[in-house]
Amino acid sequence: MTAAESTLEAGEGASGLRTAVRIRGLSKHFGSGDQRVQALAGIDLDLYAGQMSLIVGPSGCGKTTLLSVIAGILNADEGEASIFGQDVVKMSDRAKTRFRADRIGFVFQQYNLLPALTAAENASIPLVIAGWRKAPAVQKAAEVLAAVGMGKKLWSLPSQLSGGQMQRVAIARALVHDPHLLVCDEPTAALDHDTGITVMELLREKVVRPDRAVVVVTHDNRVFHFGDRIAHMDDGRVVEIEERNGRSAL
Amino acid sequence: MSWIALKMLVGDRAKFFGIVIGLTFAAALITQQGSIFCGLMLRTCAQVTDVTGADLWVMEPSVRFIDDAKPMLESNLQRVRGVKGVKWAVPLYKGNGRAKLTFAPDAMKEKTFPPDRLARDREREQAKQSAAPSNVFTKVLDLVVPDVDSAPTPPARWYSPGLVNVIEQVILLGVDDASMVGAPPGGPMLGAEPRGRMWVGSLEDLRRPESIVVDRVGLRKLFPGCHLDEPFTDPPESDEAYLERLRRFIASTPEIEMNDHRAIIVGVCEATRTFTSNPVVYTLYSRAKQFIPMERKMLTYILAKTADDENGAKAPAAVVADRIQKQTGLGALTSEAFMYRTIKYYLIYTGIPINFGITVFLGFLVGTAIAGQTFYNFTIENIRQFGSLKAMGASNSRIVGMILLQAAVVGTLGYGIGVGLSTLFGFKTLDRWGNPTELAYFTPWQLLPTTAVAIVFICVLASLISVQRVIRLEPAIVFRS
Repeated sequence: MTAAESTLEAGEGASGLRTAVRIRGLSKHFGSGDQRVQALAGIDLDLYAGQMSLIVGPSGCGKTTLLSVIAGILNADEGEASIFGQDVVKMSDRAKTRFRADRIGFVFQQYNLLPALTAAENASIPLVIAGWRKAPAVQKAAEVLAAVGMGKKLWSLPSQLSGGQMQRVAIARALVHDPHLLVCDEPTAALDHDTGITVMELLREKVVRPDRAVVVVTHDNRVFHFGDRIAHMDDGRVVEIEERNGRSAL
Repeated sequence: MSWIALKMLVGDRAKFFGIVIGLTFAAALITQQGSIFCGLMLRTCAQVTDVTGADLWVMEPSVRFIDDAKPMLESNLQRVRGVKGVKWAVPLYKGNGRAKLTFAPDAMKEKTFPPDRLARDREREQAKQSAAPSNVFTKVLDLVVPDVDSAPTPPARWYSPGLVNVIEQVILLGVDDASMVGAPPGGPMLGAEPRGRMWVGSLEDLRRPESIVVDRVGLRKLFPGCHLDEPFTDPPESDEAYLERLRRFIASTPEIEMNDHRAIIVGVCEATRTFTSNPVVYTLYSRAKQFIPMERKMLTYILAKTADDENGAKAPAAVVADRIQKQTGLGALTSEAFMYRTIKYYLIYTGIPINFGITVFLGFLVGTAIAGQTFYNFTIENIRQFGSLKAMGASNSRIVGMILLQAAVVGTLGYGIGVGLSTLFGFKTLDRWGNPTELAYFTPWQLLPTTAVAIVFICVLASLISVQRVIRLEPAIVFRS
C-alpha cells in the first residue's frame, strides 16, 4: 500500500481532517507481580494530519510509552494503534522496522546524533537506511538542512554545534525521507526557553503539512500554545483532549 | 551503512586505537612466541638441516632424534651400499667431544686485533679493572637496601687475560674422508661466488694432518674474550676487517686438544646454531674416531643418495628408505622425516612446548581480554546510537553487519600491524649477514594463518557478545533520557 493510499484509507474526524493516528483500547504494562506497572490503561485517541498534536502530562503518566507504541518501537499488550490505516500493534517486527523506515520521522530529546558524522551525514541516515547511496543521500540531506536554517553548518560535527543547532539537524534528519508521521519526544527539554520556542516555531512552520501528522510529547507548558490538539494524560489514561480552534495549519 | 559503521569506529580515536593496539598485541605475541618456538625447534635438528647433498639418513633403528646417536657396526655401510636404489652411502660420525686448550687472550688479541683496536681494548680492560663490577640489578638492590654492602663487589675473574684454561664440550662431526659429504658447503661465506659457508680456510684443508674446522659462533666459547665470533660494533667493523682478523687467527695455527690428540683449527665455517649452543667441530671421519674415546662401534649415521631407477627417473627417497629398512634392519629416514622426528621428540619428551604454549596462550588470553573488552565496551557505549538506528528503521541484520564490519577492520589492522611488528622484530634479531643470533627466530608460513585464525576468533567472540546485546536492544531505549 502506498503512502497516498494509506492516507486516503484513513478516516476523517469530526473537524473534517484526515485521521492520522487512531488508537482504541490501547494498554501496556511493564514488570510483573508486585512490580507490575500499568503504563497505558485502555487509551482511545485520534490525532489528525495537518495538525501538531501534543501529548502532555506529568512525568510517569505514560506519554512516552504511548509515543513509542505509535512509532512502532514498542509492542502494546492489547488494543489498536492505526497509523494512516495500518495497525502497528498487529505488525510483525520486520514489518514494523520497514514501516518506521518508510513512514516515520523521529526527533529525540537528546538529539541522538552520531558524534562521528557531520550534520549532513547525520541528516542523511534515514535515506541510507532506505538504501540510498551516500553521495545523493548527503546531497538531499544538505537541501533539507538548508531549509531548516542549517545551510552553513553542513559539515560541522555535533560537538561543534549548539543544542538548538543539533535539534535542527535532528529535525532535518526526521524530515529527509518525507515521512507521514513525525514523532517528537520532548524536543525542547534540553534547550533553553528561547531556543525551545525557535525549535517549536520551526516544527510548526516547516513540518506541519496537510498530509503529515506531527505528534509531540512534552511537559514543557511554555510550548503548549503551539499545539492544535492537546491530549492531557495522567496515570496511563487520556484525561482531557483540548482543541485549539483557529490554530490549524490547514 | 558501511561508511557509517566505519565512521563510528574511527570517530572515537582513543577507543579505536585501544582496540587495534589490543589486537596488535595479541597478534604480535602469538606470532613472536610462535616464531621463537619454531626457531628453537629448528635448532634441535641443526645438523640435519646443515647436511646437504644426501637424501637419506640411515641409523640404528631406535634412534629418536639427532643427538640420540647410537653407534652401529662399520659393516652396515657396505650393507646399505648394496641396497637397490642407493647411489652412494658414506659414513658420518656425530657425537660429543671434549676440547681442551690453554691460551693467552692478550697474546691472541695481539695477533688478531688491529693496533688501534688493541689500544682501545686495553684502555677498556683497565677501566673494567678499576671499576667495581655492577649492573642494573645491583644498583636497584643498593637503592632498596642502602649501606649494607658498601665495599665494592670483587670482580668475578673466571679467566686471566694472561692465561686461560678452557674445557668445552663440542659437537664433533666426522665427515667422509673422500667425499666430505656432511661438511658445510665449501665456498666462501662472503665475497666470491659461488657462496658457501666457509669464513676462512677451505674444506680441502681438512686433509692436512690433525686439522679441524670450527663454527664461527663456537669461537666465543673456545677462545673467550677474543671477540672472534662477530665483528666489533663500536665503532662498526667492516666485513673485510673482520675476515682479516679471522685470517690472522687461522694463521696463528690455533690448536685444541681432543682426547689427548692435537687438533689444529684450519678453517672457520658458518653452522646453524645448535640447541645446546656447543661449538661445532668438523673433521674427517677417520680422525673423528681418534678424537673420542675408543669404542667397538663408532659409526653413528650413514648418509645416502638415491640413484636413478631403470627408467632414468629418480627413485623416491622414501621408497629407498623403506627398502633399506627392510633389507638391513636399520632405520632409514629422509632428511625431512629425520628433522620432524627430532622435532617431535622435543615436542613429546620435553617441557618446551608446554612452557611456550602457556606463553602463547597467555598472549592470546591477554589479547582477547584487551581487544574483546575494549570492543565490547565500544559497542555498549554506542548502544544508544545503534538504538537510534534501529528506531529509524535499520534492521537487526544491518546493525549486525555494521558491528561485524567494525570487527573485521580492527581485526585486519591488528593482525597486519602485529604480524608486521613481529616480523620486524625477527629481522632485527638477525646479524648483518642474515643469520639468526642468540634468539632463535623462524616464522613458518603456517604460523601466519594460525595467528589470523586466533585474531578472527577474538574478533568473532567480541562481536558475538556485543551483537547479542544489540539484537536484544529495544529501540524504545532512544526515548529514555
